[in-house]
Amino acid sequence: MTEFLNTVLLGAAALVVVLALIVLYRVFAGPTTHDRVVAINVIGTSIVIVLALISAGLDRPEYLDIAIVYALLNFVLSLVVGRFTYQSGEVDWR
Amino acid sequence: MTLLTALIILCAAIGVFFTFVAAVGMIRLPDVYTRSHAATKADTLGAGFSILAVALYFGTAGEVLRALLLIVFIYYTNPTAAHAITRAAYSQGIEVWTADDTTEDSQ
Repeated sequence: MTEFLNTVLLGAAALVVVLALIVLYRVFAGPTTHDRVVAINVIGTSIVIVLALISAGLDRPEYLDIAIVYALLNFVLSLVVGRFTYQSGEVDWR
Repeated sequence: MTLLTALIILCAAIGVFFTFVAAVGMIRLPDVYTRSHAATKADTLGAGFSILAVALYFGTAGEVLRALLLIVFIYYTNPTAAHAITRAAYSQGIEVWTADDTTEDSQ
């Protein structure tokens, strides 16, 4: 029974990976830099989900710590880009 | 199949569904602001349900605490990051999509 549940959770992780690859299209095609940063933020959240699901699917609770650290770094990226592009006009980010 | 197993599978399925909604929104919606709307709402809810499934799976105190910490952290930081990005985009003069753009496209 536990093996079935592990397989289901790993399958959910694989589905989330596929969805993150679909969002990667927006990173290539996004007309503005802010589109790309939002898309990268979504991909980072998906990676946190994948890490959490893998930690359950493989019975490795220590992977949750890695997910927490990854969520921290993901947040820092968006805040830094938002902060340094806030002053309008000088930089052409398109 | 026990009730707990069914609940875990249900939470994981709802999480994957809302991540799917976020992906569709990222591809289909017209401008930065609506896309970050999809990213903020749908993806945050998907992450919450998926990590709730992980917390229910482990069930021991340390792992549940860490998973709940992760949920609280994602719920706090994801909208903040999207807000920072869209605020920067608006101050950079990126135009907001309006209904007029749709009529221009269809003509």
